[in-house]
Amino acid sequence: MQHAIGHGHSQGADSHSHDHGHHDQESMKVLGFWIFLVTDCLLFGTLFATYVVLKAHTDGGPTGKELFEIPGFVAETFILLTSSFTSGLAVLAMNKKKVGQLIGWLIVTVLLGASFVGLEINEFVNMVHEGATISTSAFLTAFFVLVGTHGLHVSVGLVWMIALMIQLKMRGVTPVTKRKITVISLYWHFLDVVWIFLFTIVYLMGVM
Amino acid sequence: MSQQHTSAAGHGHHEHEEHDDHGSLKAYIIGFILSIVLTVIPLLIVFETSMNKTGVIITIITMAVIQLIVQLFFFMHIREGEGPKYNVMALILGLFIVLVIVAGSVWIMSFNSVVQ
Repeated sequence: MQHAIGHGHSQGADSHSHDHGHHDQESMKVLGFWIFLVTDCLLFGTLFATYVVLKAHTDGGPTGKELFEIPGFVAETFILLTSSFTSGLAVLAMNKKKVGQLIGWLIVTVLLGASFVGLEINEFVNMVHEGATISTSAFLTAFFVLVGTHGLHVSVGLVWMIALMIQLKMRGVTPVTKRKITVISLYWHFLDVVWIFLFTIVYLMGVM
Repeated sequence: MSQQHTSAAGHGHHEHEEHDDHGSLKAYIIGFILSIVLTVIPLLIVFETSMNKTGVIITIITMAVIQLIVQLFFFMHIREGEGPKYNVMALILGLFIVLVIVAGSVWIMSFNSVVQ
């Protein structure tokens, strides 16, 4: 729409209108991403509902209290929280048009995210070694699906962030890369928020 | 806030708009500190106090919800950006549906033992 209207005007007005149209389109994409996040909320909501309902159904197998290791999940929580903060700092650096700083904070975020995923994989492997597999009980099925889905989201976010860093190296901060960074920082904050509820409902209430 | 205007490109109004879209360092630091506090409080409550179980559950879930709000405002800047707040509307609808799914499932399944 904006493009079509712009063409009727003089050169200056045309380029301005073009910029504005571009800006509108990018903000529409950010809105679209918000709507994706809402649907992702529904996904996690149903998995949380399943977990809460099946929590007591351990079928004589190990319970959360026996399985969850407190230092592990506390460390995961603070690592993810810090990475959420550093992804925010990356956005701030982007607004100041400092590409080096932006990529630096993204690297910190990726490293923190990777150590989070590493700790989680380690936790899962230990649980499986203790005989607590996904098919042991309804509780463990719900647990692995819920926590695993979150871990998968974080892993996808890591790959996405690395790809964005390459794109930033090649193209610098343009309206398009700017929108992409905005979107991934939203995604990352969202994953941290989901983890807060995992931490509270799965882990803290599990070890109580 | 107004220190941003020293940047060369664009006219003042646009610069201001861009700045509003993404918050400031101060907002991120406040959000980060609040998040840490809101994570430490539940840990202390669960491991250090002898509150009854229902009390603990209500408190730690409240802390999680407060942290959700803190992150939405300080990190995700939900209030900012121009135009109608479609993202807020979508989010409220989504959270409502999540609440119905979770509370409804728990409520219905609590009759499980009665039916059997």
